[in-house]
Amino acid sequence: MVMKSDRDQERQRVFTRRALMIGAGQLALTGVLAGRLYYLQVMEQERYDTLAEDNRVNVKLLAPPRGEILDRFGRKLATNRQNYRVTVTREQAKDLRVSLDRLAEIVEVSDRDVSRILKEAKRRRAFVPLTVRENLSWEEVSRIEVNIPDLPGVAIEVGLSRSYPFGTDGAHVLGYVSEVSESELTDDPLLQLPGFRIGKNGVEKVYDEALRGSAGRSHVEVNALGRIIGELERHDGQSGQRLDLTIDIALQKFAVERFGEESGSAVVMDVHTGEVMALVSTPAFDPNAFSRGLTPAEWDALISNERGPLTNKAATGVYPPGSTFKMATALAALDAGVITADQRVWCPGHYKLGTGLFHCWRKQGHGHVDMREALEQSCDVYFYEIAKRVGIDRITAMANKLGLGLETGIELPSEKRGLTPTTSWKQATRGQKWVQGETLIAGIGQGFVLATPLQLAVMSARLANGGLAVSPTLVRRRPAEDGEPAEPESLGLSKRHLDIIRQGMVDVVHGDRGTARHTKMTDPDILVAGKTGTAQVRRITMAERRSGIRDQEDLPWKFRHHALYVCFAPADQPKYAVAVVVEHGGSGSKAAAPVAHDILEETLRRDPAGTAPPLAARSEEPREG
Amino acid sequence: MAMKETMGLGETELTLGRKIALLNWAIVLLVVMLAAIGCAMLFSAAGGSWDPWAARQAIRFGVGITGMIIVALMDIRFIMRWAYLAYFGALALLIGVELAGEVGGGAQRWIDLKVFKLQPSEVMKVAVVLGLARYFHGLTHEDTGRIVYLLPPILMVLAPMALVLRQPDLGTALILGMIGASILFVAGVRLWKFALVGMAGLAALPIAWSFLRDYQKARIMTFVNPESDPLGAGYHILQSKIALGSGGVFGKGFMNGSQAHLDFLPEKQTDFIFTMLAEEFGMAGAVGLLALFLMVLAYGLFVALQSRNQFGRLLAFGLTINLFLYLFINVAMVTGLIPVVGVPLPLISYGGTAMLTVLLGIGLVLGADIHRDFKIGRRGPEED
Repeated sequence: MVMKSDRDQERQRVFTRRALMIGAGQLALTGVLAGRLYYLQVMEQERYDTLAEDNRVNVKLLAPPRGEILDRFGRKLATNRQNYRVTVTREQAKDLRVSLDRLAEIVEVSDRDVSRILKEAKRRRAFVPLTVRENLSWEEVSRIEVNIPDLPGVAIEVGLSRSYPFGTDGAHVLGYVSEVSESELTDDPLLQLPGFRIGKNGVEKVYDEALRGSAGRSHVEVNALGRIIGELERHDGQSGQRLDLTIDIALQKFAVERFGEESGSAVVMDVHTGEVMALVSTPAFDPNAFSRGLTPAEWDALISNERGPLTNKAATGVYPPGSTFKMATALAALDAGVITADQRVWCPGHYKLGTGLFHCWRKQGHGHVDMREALEQSCDVYFYEIAKRVGIDRITAMANKLGLGLETGIELPSEKRGLTPTTSWKQATRGQKWVQGETLIAGIGQGFVLATPLQLAVMSARLANGGLAVSPTLVRRRPAEDGEPAEPESLGLSKRHLDIIRQGMVDVVHGDRGTARHTKMTDPDILVAGKTGTAQVRRITMAERRSGIRDQEDLPWKFRHHALYVCFAPADQPKYAVAVVVEHGGSGSKAAAPVAHDILEETLRRDPAGTAPPLAARSEEPREG
Repeated sequence: MAMKETMGLGETELTLGRKIALLNWAIVLLVVMLAAIGCAMLFSAAGGSWDPWAARQAIRFGVGITGMIIVALMDIRFIMRWAYLAYFGALALLIGVELAGEVGGGAQRWIDLKVFKLQPSEVMKVAVVLGLARYFHGLTHEDTGRIVYLLPPILMVLAPMALVLRQPDLGTALILGMIGASILFVAGVRLWKFALVGMAGLAALPIAWSFLRDYQKARIMTFVNPESDPLGAGYHILQSKIALGSGGVFGKGFMNGSQAHLDFLPEKQTDFIFTMLAEEFGMAGAVGLLALFLMVLAYGLFVALQSRNQFGRLLAFGLTINLFLYLFINVAMVTGLIPVVGVPLPLISYGGTAMLTVLLGIGLVLGADIHRDFKIGRRGPEED
C-alpha cells in the first residue's frame, strides 16, 4: 500500500511539474493573443480604420443637368428631356425570362434585347437593374405602370437625355452629344461616368465645358456585395450654363425648307454686329439620333451619303467662289488705281494672253463694258483684264481684307480657311513660279481660290457696312459681361469705291441685264445688292460633247457646277447679308439667287436683329433644375 | 464495505446533496456568462434578431448546461468504467461518417440528428482524453518509461487522427495530436522521446505537405501573405484584421460593427465571431473575453493539480488543454497569427457539437473537482 502510494506520489510530482509548465505555456500564448490584439487594435488602428471606411463608403458621381441652348428669342434649341427607361432586376424577378416575356407582351422588346439582358444578368450582381429599353413613350410608360403588379422586378426609371426639339434644323450649329471616347478623357471625373455624353460637334463641342457643369457627389454606404445601404451625404454639383445663340430658329427653319432636296449652305448675318441669324447646311442629320445612340446601319448611312450630311458646309465646306469673287478683284483694282469705274474694256467673248485663250461665259461677248456693267453682267473678260493689271498679290490682299482666306473665328469646330493664293504661296507649296494666266483665273474666283459660304457672307457684310471688319458670331454676349460691344475696325476701304461696287451689285438684281434680274423680290421697293457665281467643278470633255452632252443638266450630279450667290439688303441702308451655295446646282443665277432672295426677304420680314429682346432683359439666372 | 478502509482518507460515497454542494457554482456562472455573450453576438450578427441563430443557440445551451451538470454529478468511478467504451464508441462514429461519406460521395463530417448535426471528430476530442486518462491511470511511473506501454496510447491518438485527416480536416487532426501529446507529456513520458518524435515529425513535414489537399495548401500560402490577393483567398483574413483594427480600444458599439454588418466579415456567426466582438467592443471587450476564458482554464488546471487520482488529473488537464486549443487556435486564426483552419470559438460561436462537447468537457472537469479526494486503485474501480 505504502509503495503504491509512493509510486503515485512520483506520478503526481511529475504531473504537477509538467502541468504547471504547460499551464505557464498557455498563459504565455494567451499573452501573445492579447499582444496581437494590442498591435491590431491600438497600434494599427488608424490604418485599419481607413480601410474599414474605404470598404464601407462609396462615392458616386452625380451628373449635373447640361446647360440649355436657346435661340435669340429664347426658344429651346437643346434641352434635357426626361428619358423613361424600363429596367429589370434579377433579384426581384422570380424568373428573368418570365418577366421579360410578360413585358414583351405589353411593349415591344426585341429578341436581341432579351438575349443581351440575359447575358448581362449573368455578369452583374443580382440587385443591379438592367436597362431593357430607353426612350419610352408616355403611352408605353403608362401601359407598363398599369401592369407593374404582374411584372416582378420590372421598374420604370427616369434619366435626362439631350433633346433637340427642332431636330435636323439646327443640327450643324448645335452639333450633338454622344459618349466619351478614350482619347477625350481628361481629369474631369464626370467623363468617367458610364453613359455620360459630351458635345461632339457644333456649339455643343465648342462650349462643352461651360454646358457640362461640374459633378456632384453622393457618399453612400455599401455592403460587401456593393449593394447600397443608404446615403451618408450629398454634394450637389453645378448645373451647366445656359448658352444664348444669335440664331433665329424660325428663319433657320425657313431657310432649310427653302433648300428642299438640294444640298448646300446658306448663312444670314447682321452686317453691323456679325451676329449669325441662320446658318444652314443641307442635308442635315438628326442630333436626337446621336443622343439616343445610332445603330450601325444609321451610322453607315450617314457616312456613306455622298451629300455629306455630317459636314457643316457653311464653315467647313470650301468652294471656288466663282464670280462672287469679282468684287474683291474690282476693289483691288480700284484701290491700286489701275482702272477707274468709267474706263471701259472691250469684251469680244474671249481674252488672249500670249498663246492662251480665256473665254468669257458669254460666247458672243459683252462689248464695251465699264465696272458697273461688268459686275451687272458678270463679264469675265473685264475681270481678266483688271486682274492682269493689278496682279495676284494685291487681289489676295483685298480678298483677305474682305474675310476670304482667313478663319472667321466663328464658334464652331474645325472651321476651314479656304485659300487665297499668292506668288510666294505657290513657290512655297508647289515650288513653281506663279504664271500670269493663273492671275486671270483667280480674278474670276476660279483656279486656286477657295472659300467657305460663311466667308462669302462675311465678305458681303463688309462690303455692305462700309468696310468695317465685322466677324461672325453665334453667341449673344451679355452687355454686362463684355461692356459695350466694340465697334468693328475699319478696313481702310474707300467709301467711293465701295459705292461703285454696291451700284454694280444692285444692278445685278435690278439692272436690265443683271444676272439675277429674273429673281425679283416680292416687294419691289426693297433694293437688293447681289452677285451670282458659278463655280466649275469639271469641264465638259470633248468626248462628252461628242456624245451629246452640252448642258450641265446632262452631267452626273457630282460633276455639275456649284451655284453661288451673295447679297445684302436693303442696299441703301444694309442690315443683312446672305450667302448661298447650292452644291452642283448649275448656275448661280438659276439655282442660288432665288433661294438667297427668298431667305433675304424672309429675314427682312422677320427682322430678327431689330425684334429680339436684349439679352439683359431676360432672366439672369441661366440655370434650371 | 471493505473498500472504505483501503481508500483511507478519501470519502468513497457522496450523497447527491453533498455533490450539489461541492459543485463549483462560480464556474457554472462563468459558463452561463460566456454563453450569454455568445447569444448577444449572434443577436447582433443577425442584425438585431433572435432569428436565425441566437434563439436556437440559447435552447442548445439550455440542453447543454443541463447535461453538463448531470455529468458533473456522476460518480467518477462510473465514468472511468465507461471511459474506454466512450472512446471506442466515438471511434466507431468516426469510422461511420467516413464510410457514409464515401457512400455519399463526399467529405461528410457529420451525422444528422435533426436537432443539430453531430460531428464525431468533435466528440472524439473528449473521448480521446477519456481513453488516455483511463489508460495512464493504470500505469506506474516506471511503466510509462517503457516503450511497450507507450504503443497503445500512441495508437489511440493516431487512429482517430488518421480518420479525421481523411475527411479531410487538418485542423481537428492537429488538435487531436496536440491533446494526445500533452497528455503523454504530463503522464510522465520521458522528454527525450518527445524530442525524437518531434525531430522525426519535422523531417516528415515535406512528405506531409505533399499529402495536403490543394485548398489546405492554399490556406497556408494565403496565411503567409494575405494582402497579396485581397479579393481572393486572403480576403477573409484581411477583412477580419480590418474589422479588428478598426474596432480600436473600445469598439464601434453593440450592433454597430460596419465590417460585420455590411458582410465584409465572412462567417461572422461561426469562426469569425470573435472578430465581430472585437469590432463592436474593441480591445477592451476582446481581452475581457480572453480573461473570462482564462479563469475557466485556470480552474481546470487547479482541479487537475488538486485531484488525488491520476484519472481525474489527466481528465481535467486534457479537457483544459482541449478548451485552450479551441480558444487559442480560433483567436490566433482570426487575428492572422496562424492559417485559417476552421475552428469555432467554444460557447460563443454558433454551432451544436462544439458547444455540447465543450460543456461536456467542463462537466467532466467539475465532476473531477467534486470527486477529487477519491483515491482509486491503479487497476481501476473494478479491482475490488
